[in-house]
Amino acid sequence: MNIGVFVCHCGSNIAGTVDTEKVAEAARSFPDVAFSTDTMYACSEPGQAGIIDAIKEYGLDGIVVASCTPRMHEATFRKTLERAGLNKYLFEMANIREHVSWIGKDKEANTNKATELVKMAVAKLRNNTELHAGEFEINKRVMVIGGGVAGIQAALDCADGGLEVILVERESSIGGKMAKLDKTFPTVDCSSCILGPRMVDVAQHPNITLYAMSEVESVNGFVGNFDVSIRKKATYVDWEACTGCGQCMEKCPSKKAEDHFNEGVGTTTAINIPFPQAIPKKAVINANACIMLSKGKCGACAKLCPTQAIRFEQQDEVVQEQVGAIIAATGYDLFDHTLYGEYGGGRYPDVITSIQYERLLSASGPTGGHIKRPSDGKEPRNVVFIQCVGSRDPSVNRPYCSGFCCMYTAKQAILTKDHIPDSQSHVFYMDIRSPGKLYDEFTRRAMEEYGARYIRGRVSTIQPRNGHYVVKGADTIMGTQVEVEADLVVLAVGAEASKGAGELAEKLRISYDGYGFFMEGHPKLKPVETNTAGVYLAGSCQGPKDIPSSVAQGSAAASKVQSLFSKDKLASDPQVSSVAMQRCVGCAKCESTCPFGAIEMTEFRGMPKASVVETVCQGCGVCAVTCPQGAIQLQHFTDNQILAEVNALCPY
Amino acid sequence: MPTSSTTDRFDSNFLKEVQEGSEQNLTRCYQCGNCTAGCPLSFAYDIPVNRIMRMLQAGEKHAVLSSKAIWLCASCETCTTRCPNEIDVARIMDVLRHMARREGLVAEPPVRHMWDAFLNSVEKYGRVFEAGMMANFVRRTGRFWTDADLAPVALGKGKLGLRPHGIKHPDEVQRIFARFREQL
Amino acid sequence: MSKQYAYYPGCSAMGSSIEYDISTRALCKSLGVELVDIPDWNCCGSTPAHASDHLLSASLVARNLAIAESMDVEGIITPCPSCLKNLKTTSLRMQRKDFHEKVESIVERPVRADLPIRSVLQTVVEHCSPQSIAEHVSKPLKSLKVVPYYGCIMNRPPDVMTFDDPENPTSLDRLMGALGAEVLPFPHKVDCCGASLGLVRRELVTRLSGRILDAAASLGADAIVTACPMCQLNLDLRQNQINRANGTQHSMPIFYYTQLAGLALGQSESCLRMDKLCVSPAKALQQVGAPAQEERAR
Repeated sequence: MNIGVFVCHCGSNIAGTVDTEKVAEAARSFPDVAFSTDTMYACSEPGQAGIIDAIKEYGLDGIVVASCTPRMHEATFRKTLERAGLNKYLFEMANIREHVSWIGKDKEANTNKATELVKMAVAKLRNNTELHAGEFEINKRVMVIGGGVAGIQAALDCADGGLEVILVERESSIGGKMAKLDKTFPTVDCSSCILGPRMVDVAQHPNITLYAMSEVESVNGFVGNFDVSIRKKATYVDWEACTGCGQCMEKCPSKKAEDHFNEGVGTTTAINIPFPQAIPKKAVINANACIMLSKGKCGACAKLCPTQAIRFEQQDEVVQEQVGAIIAATGYDLFDHTLYGEYGGGRYPDVITSIQYERLLSASGPTGGHIKRPSDGKEPRNVVFIQCVGSRDPSVNRPYCSGFCCMYTAKQAILTKDHIPDSQSHVFYMDIRSPGKLYDEFTRRAMEEYGARYIRGRVSTIQPRNGHYVVKGADTIMGTQVEVEADLVVLAVGAEASKGAGELAEKLRISYDGYGFFMEGHPKLKPVETNTAGVYLAGSCQGPKDIPSSVAQGSAAASKVQSLFSKDKLASDPQVSSVAMQRCVGCAKCESTCPFGAIEMTEFRGMPKASVVETVCQGCGVCAVTCPQGAIQLQHFTDNQILAEVNALCPY
Repeated sequence: MPTSSTTDRFDSNFLKEVQEGSEQNLTRCYQCGNCTAGCPLSFAYDIPVNRIMRMLQAGEKHAVLSSKAIWLCASCETCTTRCPNEIDVARIMDVLRHMARREGLVAEPPVRHMWDAFLNSVEKYGRVFEAGMMANFVRRTGRFWTDADLAPVALGKGKLGLRPHGIKHPDEVQRIFARFREQL
Repeated sequence: MSKQYAYYPGCSAMGSSIEYDISTRALCKSLGVELVDIPDWNCCGSTPAHASDHLLSASLVARNLAIAESMDVEGIITPCPSCLKNLKTTSLRMQRKDFHEKVESIVERPVRADLPIRSVLQTVVEHCSPQSIAEHVSKPLKSLKVVPYYGCIMNRPPDVMTFDDPENPTSLDRLMGALGAEVLPFPHKVDCCGASLGLVRRELVTRLSGRILDAAASLGADAIVTACPMCQLNLDLRQNQINRANGTQHSMPIFYYTQLAGLALGQSESCLRMDKLCVSPAKALQQVGAPAQEERAR
């Protein structure tokens, strides 16, 4: 083999603490090294041209680049080799930046370590062989999980682009959090007026299949070929027959069911269509509240349903779908404010959450859009808003900023004045975070035009007194304690990961952070990709987001799917396991240990043998270390290749 | 108000001493004001507690240690309980009092006299002798009118004993005080 | 089955809160909580010690811990929240080796600082469920409207005290409820009454304590029930001072919870030293045993 070694300076990133010239010089004495040099930026255009020139001039057939992590530039240099006519697997990378220069200051020690890493890379490369990717077909259907505004946008963009879309929604209607909002900032336009038509588009789009009241049960397969099980939860209503007329709701005698859509402001009927614009507009029976399902008598709805759609005997159903890509758009939940005992811990009826306040403001809400105190139905005069409830608070494990509360609080202060002109709003805030387009202007309007009194400081406690609440806070700019008497207190609750987010991430085999938000492929350059090929993210499942950002991500994820599906076939990764038939004893240990189900037992001349399904294998190597015979080898990481590296490092 | 020069007045040793004495990380404070918001005695403070925290971050040793606020803190633990950054503010107030004493900067001498009278009583008898402590406090401060109206009631109810309820081995407690002073 | 606890009465038990001590012993006896006094216990130093020096404060506490450790007991219990906070804080801080060594060198005794330390209140509510206490009640506190006042440090800071909710404790509410009293929701349960500044800055104390009395009165309470000797002394003995300073006319009895519990369990008023209370409890005590409110209204 004729090996070329290129030791990168990475400007001063590496050369600042590694003597790159000395490393290149040392490499010249390694076996099979025919050429070695240091270079300023190996990844740059002239850097890559230098590699191609050297391959041609010295007849090189294997390349080592000592620079940064392979996660950064392995793909770059593999393409360089292909342009020079070499197989891209005849390439090795020694990470002398993240593993050397960035973590140590001792130049001599760094230079020695870099030299050893290059030596190991050369030793491995001498054992590399050409590998060739196969091809497989892509199923050009996409599943979107979550029917909030991000999922709706992603589904419509994909469907408009001609793709078949499966949209899975946990609740009985799509719309997500946005459907519950009265108005949106900073334009104060009606939330359901702008979202409603898009929801209707989803219902009417010929390319979209909507599964509401459904959850993803399991996901198997790989990019281009996912097998998905979807659990359609029992609704006790035949949705084919249900016309959404709502007669059942009028006659249902069980009227104390929890009203999820209205966030517990008031109650609703056991059989329910959550809101007039619901998509699909179908009734669902809450089994816990239904007298028939819990006590076996009643059946009022079944008697009067004009289409005889009621099915008390209905069970959950699991359906299978095949898709080529998945977009997770599962949104967020709101912080449980009852953890704040000092704000009443849920004991005070007129201390409510911001989303409950949205339902009070909404014309389609339980009060018909009139702001009424839950305790006595009276219209409040003094409304106090407390920001950062469950945001920027390490004591409740929510140290992050939820990002949108400053804005929705300003909006709610404005709407309060619109609804009740002689009202007075007070807003306790720590900092106003309003970096969006027209956002800061909006918060200024709340103060300047609508007279909301902003007080810079946190609230320590809320105490009821004579039918009101005394809100005790600080004005840190004045340097005093303040007390404000409130008829209604609105807690600007922060965002947290959606319930069950962790379980879904594990089904999708994507990472999630310590708070349960899904991890993007790269915080800057891959915002809607994940580290699992074919799985994308949109909206607040990745971190708290407002509506414009969620919509932008929905479109971004859709465009990623479109570009994935622009090819008819995908190249398979040849870095998969393969079985040496003559050594395999058919013990099936590999089959039981493979986390992806990529190994099948077959028969060869009457003997059981393991066989790898190459399209399913993810190249993790668990089978290779499990096999007692060493019969399974992971291509590009064979025992011989790894032992060569070890021998290079520890020759004695 | 004078201009605060962050270079001249910043006393890093002071900051370090407060952090080590209280085992708290002062940089965690982001000035939300929750400590001040809940402080029952804030109305009587010359400097609200969130500002004390800020002045600590700024290394303003003299201004902090000569404040009245640190002596009027009742150790009620409200600030510590509600601090979103889990800073034990009450413990910091304790440490500031310790330091102010050492530096001779006690801005509320009667509070110090009351505590000293209390501890004197403990040192002498092993337990607090309430009437003796009161007398000691009055002697130290010259405040003869202190709760004079309560004495007859308390005496009448037998709540103010005129004799100390000492312990059997007050010398053990006295030795604790003595060894404590030695290691100062 | 009775368990033995090392009992730390605290200095106020010798004087200003003698009725708390007496009623505590009586309640524990009737519930089978066996108290053994820590022999020759000394003052924990209270706020004056921890506000003067943490090592001095810990050393005063540690002598008591050392003596209690030589007894065959389940743990240490004390009725006084201030003593409790000092005992628990010291025990916690002594988990640090360097501090432990310093304290031992001053106390000149080996101290393990590993005994569990609880308030009498915690011990009572954990030892007997409200239901089992209710079964022992012979004279229910029916029609007595009380507000429970825990004081500021019975449950706080939560990391040290590890008992009940720091913002809305309910142990006293549940106990009083089990005894038949009408327990009013009291938003000022854990507010500070300012007692520690009583001698030096009376005007601060009358303001803070006044708010607590005002709130209790406006809720229509017949009495405040507390578990803290300083709160009790402050609200009871100083009630006239508070009234004068604030222009109010409260006559609100301030009971120890142990007194009301003892009463409900059949002990006599004289046994429970109701006579020691400065604000006369006579009117409130007449309520006990009087017909319930609904019946009165009829």
